[in-house]
Amino acid sequence: MIRRLAAQLVLPISSLFLALVTGAVFVIASSPLVTGEFDLGLPLDAYGALVGGSLLSVNGWIDTLVNATPLILAGLSVGLCFKGGLFNIGAQGQTLVGALAAAATGAALAQAPAPIAIGAAVAAAFLAGAAYGFIPGALKAFTGAHEVVVTIMLNYVAIQVIAWAITGPLRAPGASFARSPDVGNAQLPAFGLPGHLLHAGVLLAIVAVPIVWWVLNRSTVGFEVRTTGLNPDAARYAGMRPRLLTIGTMAVGGALAGLAGGAQILGVAGYMPAAYATNIGFDAITVALIGRANPIGIFFAALLLGGLRAGAPAMQISAGIPVQMIDVLQGVMLFFLAADVIVRRLFRLRKVEGGVDELQTVSRTYGGQATTN
Amino acid sequence: MEALFDIPVLGLLVQLVFYAGEVLVRNGTIIVALAAPLALGALCGVMNERSGVVNIGIEGMMLSSAFAGWFAASAASQAIPAEAGGIFGWTPALLVGLLAALLTGVLLSAIHAWLSITVKADQIISGTIINIAAVGVTGYLNLLLSQGSPPTAGKFASFDPPDVLVDLPVIGWLFRMFLAQGPVTMSAIILAVVLQILLFRSRWGLRTRAVGEHPRAAETVGINVIASRYRNVILGGVFAGLAGAWFTLDFGNSFQTNMTQGRGFIALAALIFGRWHPIGGYAAALLFAYAISLGTAIRTLPPPDTLGDILTAIPPQAFSALPYVITIIVLAGVVGRSVAPASVGRPYEREATT
Repeated sequence: MIRRLAAQLVLPISSLFLALVTGAVFVIASSPLVTGEFDLGLPLDAYGALVGGSLLSVNGWIDTLVNATPLILAGLSVGLCFKGGLFNIGAQGQTLVGALAAAATGAALAQAPAPIAIGAAVAAAFLAGAAYGFIPGALKAFTGAHEVVVTIMLNYVAIQVIAWAITGPLRAPGASFARSPDVGNAQLPAFGLPGHLLHAGVLLAIVAVPIVWWVLNRSTVGFEVRTTGLNPDAARYAGMRPRLLTIGTMAVGGALAGLAGGAQILGVAGYMPAAYATNIGFDAITVALIGRANPIGIFFAALLLGGLRAGAPAMQISAGIPVQMIDVLQGVMLFFLAADVIVRRLFRLRKVEGGVDELQTVSRTYGGQATTN
Repeated sequence: MEALFDIPVLGLLVQLVFYAGEVLVRNGTIIVALAAPLALGALCGVMNERSGVVNIGIEGMMLSSAFAGWFAASAASQAIPAEAGGIFGWTPALLVGLLAALLTGVLLSAIHAWLSITVKADQIISGTIINIAAVGVTGYLNLLLSQGSPPTAGKFASFDPPDVLVDLPVIGWLFRMFLAQGPVTMSAIILAVVLQILLFRSRWGLRTRAVGEHPRAAETVGINVIASRYRNVILGGVFAGLAGAWFTLDFGNSFQTNMTQGRGFIALAALIFGRWHPIGGYAAALLFAYAISLGTAIRTLPPPDTLGDILTAIPPQAFSALPYVITIIVLAGVVGRSVAPASVGRPYEREATT
């Protein structure tokens, strides 16, 4: 048991280590732009601030959890789709429409009793995300249009939908910039110090982990999803319906990502600006890959990335390193995860476990064939 | 004409067709320019997918090349100041930038080739890694650089086609549309034609297609599948690099964070729409560019009268979303009827040599 766990952990941890080393080289190489001269100590300042902002205080822990919350939900979305042999790069778009739906419903029910307002706003985020995930699922199942390109296009469409809604019908009257009205009573309950509030969305994320795990690993439909992910043809011969499963998986995946957006609006922002910027959907891909599409792995990967995101502002302020550093670290870490040969050679490991097996289905269906069923 | 326009409902449709035609005539040159990065991206896709490798990292390659080209040109313009001269108003700095863009494309392609061919990592993940890292590295460096507001090296000038050609009736318009362009835009047209011929008329092309369709069969007749894939994927990086150079050295002269705006993915749709043919990809790119240009035109110069009122009543964001929506529709409508190279997305395993 412990041996198996160690075999699974060695690759992500070595990848993180190598990413930090590579990141340090990158920071030193770019240090003349930050301090005017080559500064060998700059990576230490940067990583120190990163850890200080995320781990070394109660507020840091709260920020880490708050940042991890949407990453858990969106990470589950991407991970669930991986298990079904689908690559949901559209978690970003689904998060955005979920956020918009929550903002709209919350604003409409701002005066309603809190349980009703919160329930309706969360349900709206769930349904909006599900609908937005349904589109690429149905297109893949019926026409063979690969979900990778379709979901990326939908991400760009979502940005325009939000820009339209917030500058148009949803614009808060009298606000100095284009934003939706406050969600009022739909705001999720929270505790902590101002600026470092832990909201109830964390519970939603924590509850979602065992539910998704159970559905995937213990239920019939989960078995069918995983079978379709590993081999759609085998699933069909066994009497499962890959077309329905593809659509369903994408819709549920979309719903989870929609919840991530809803939690952000109802728990953190309280309203939605027209230029709502977020990395959640893309971070979720990293989270799902590090977590190997396993809900428990995703939970811890989301904590890791949430910590990085929580510490990033401190790093930018005290060390002058742009928050984009987190994207650099993510890219490098994913590179080492994928190129496990490097890790194996470097650390003289015989066998490491790292991949997501269902991904081969994602690539193989790229040529495009409508699911027959 | 007026009579046609005044027919209820149908008249509006006639007006719309006329307006669309007017935009095509008026914006022909810019449509060809906008098509260039999409076409070059599609050509990169042809090189990859015809030899059996999926490349969704084209977007990230474009973005990185756009940044590298702009940065190198800017740095070189300080080191070697020179007057713009000769054809396309070239300066040493611009050439340095172009070279840097191409090298960046090639380098990232080499990483993609290694990950997807040798490591046999998932090809779509390999592309995703390139996309994520590209956004991070270029965003990071651009933020730091913009604090010092680096000088711009300018950009290549458009070619000035001779009046004899431009003044010809009707085809003169076509000449201006395709010839009054910067070097990168023009290279897209030439490269599409050259690649089309090479792919279907040369030994290299036949081998490439064999490797993409049936690598095992290709190997049995003595083609080195691994080497062939490496060569084509890395060469494809040249096209992605050119597409990046288009953003910062040909069409524009500065870099903005995430400036590629998903063009690398639209290029993949153009590739599919063009049925994995270079010329087809170029034609599809023109179509997408036309859609982008039409969306801009409706926002900036809407048609008069009722049609204009209707079109301006539609939220402008709808037209911004138009290219992306059209991409989805095209994908859904075309995929399945146009068939991808059979081995696309499948890493090649050599049979054991005992």
